[in-house]
Amino acid sequence: MNIPAVLLALVLAAAALPAAADAPAAAPAAGAAVRNLDPDALVKSVSNEVLDIIRADKEIQAGNGRKVVELVQTKVLPHFDFERMTALAVGASWRRATPDQRHQLVSEFETLLVRTYSSGLAAYRNQVIDYKPLRSGADDTEVVVKSEVKQPGGQPVTIDYRMEKLTDGWKVFDVSIGGVSLVTTYRDSFGQEVRQNGIDGLIRTLVQKNQQLAQGQSGAR
Amino acid sequence: MIRTFIAAVGAAAALGGCASASPGDPFEPVNRAVFRFNDVLDENVSQPVARGYQAVLPELVRAGVTNFFSNLGDVWIGVNDLLQGKVYETASDVMRISMNTVLGLGGLLDVASSAQLQKHDEDFGQTLGRWGVPPGPYLVVPFFGPSDLRDGVGLAVDLSFSPIPSVAHAAGPTGHWMLVQNGMIGLNLINTRANLLRAGDLASMAAIDRYSFFRGAYQQRRRNQVYDGNPPPLRDDDDDDPKNGGSR
Repeated sequence: MNIPAVLLALVLAAAALPAAADAPAAAPAAGAAVRNLDPDALVKSVSNEVLDIIRADKEIQAGNGRKVVELVQTKVLPHFDFERMTALAVGASWRRATPDQRHQLVSEFETLLVRTYSSGLAAYRNQVIDYKPLRSGADDTEVVVKSEVKQPGGQPVTIDYRMEKLTDGWKVFDVSIGGVSLVTTYRDSFGQEVRQNGIDGLIRTLVQKNQQLAQGQSGAR
Repeated sequence: MIRTFIAAVGAAAALGGCASASPGDPFEPVNRAVFRFNDVLDENVSQPVARGYQAVLPELVRAGVTNFFSNLGDVWIGVNDLLQGKVYETASDVMRISMNTVLGLGGLLDVASSAQLQKHDEDFGQTLGRWGVPPGPYLVVPFFGPSDLRDGVGLAVDLSFSPIPSVAHAAGPTGHWMLVQNGMIGLNLINTRANLLRAGDLASMAAIDRYSFFRGAYQQRRRNQVYDGNPPPLRDDDDDDPKNGGSR
């Protein structure tokens, strides 16, 4: 039936964010090797590494949230450009933010995303991920790496990584799940918060949200 | 006279712009109220029922329910593929339905997906979008959730062409087909909500304002669906990107 299809689409869209967690990046330890990887190869190798760890780890499967967060922090985070991600999500007000405000915004946004991301990653149950061949020129400094998560009885969910080439390798600065961009989705709420309560208001909201999640997590799991 | 009118419209637009800072959502106050109503209903009725359903029925049974309604849904998906001129997809939808109905035990198994016949995602709102109808203002529909003017109309058409009544008519005992029909509708709703539990939990976790989070996600998602995964870039994309001169 199609009623829920609408609902489903939207919730799935929003919710899939964390599912994306499995695909983004993880860092093979050796820096030099990573620096030379093509963006699609990087996404694939990091994803495979992280998923292998999850599949093998009984504690993670049993719901050890702290372990997943650790995994994301060591393997995935190094491949994200959180500064650019935050700047894009904050939008025009980013230019007015002081260095200190910027620093806080990046750090709180990172905490929020890591937590959500890890929670989605923990739900990973052997879905098959397909990586699409990358169509780009050799000189491109920005690319979109596309992948699809197959799920039984449903349309595959697309996960796209927008990546940029920095001196220390390719970095992800936006993730889209089923066409819903993380950055764009946050931009609305961030903009509204800044209009109402200023940049410090947005920082306060993020801090509160993170505290709330931290409490819920230690209580529930 | 005309000049006054233009001035008035200009002023109204400017005021409107101030009142609702979010583009595409002129009815935000009403929408927010309906959104809250839906949330309360969802928390107190739909979610508990869906969690109970998930706890009681094994995954295999729930997968069968999902497949069964997915197979019925393929009929209307096929019609919409045809309305959008997607001949290959329509043929594939028809094959899916025949395969899943006959070999998949009346749709309980999705054998077609295993045979590389991919499930499509279509509805009448997408068909209207394909025909060039813009989404119009964002709407939160009571009970149904996020939508917009175009998709609201689409939803009404989708509902009126639901195959469930005909199936209930054909399969249900004489005189009691309404009961069967309502049971099917209820089961489909509960099962769908159960499938989304995990996603809903994650969305609540990620959002700092659920309303605008769902609105943004809905609008992007629908645009992506209308263009089948390849929407043209938005004009304001990367505004404010420090990389693209935002800080210049």
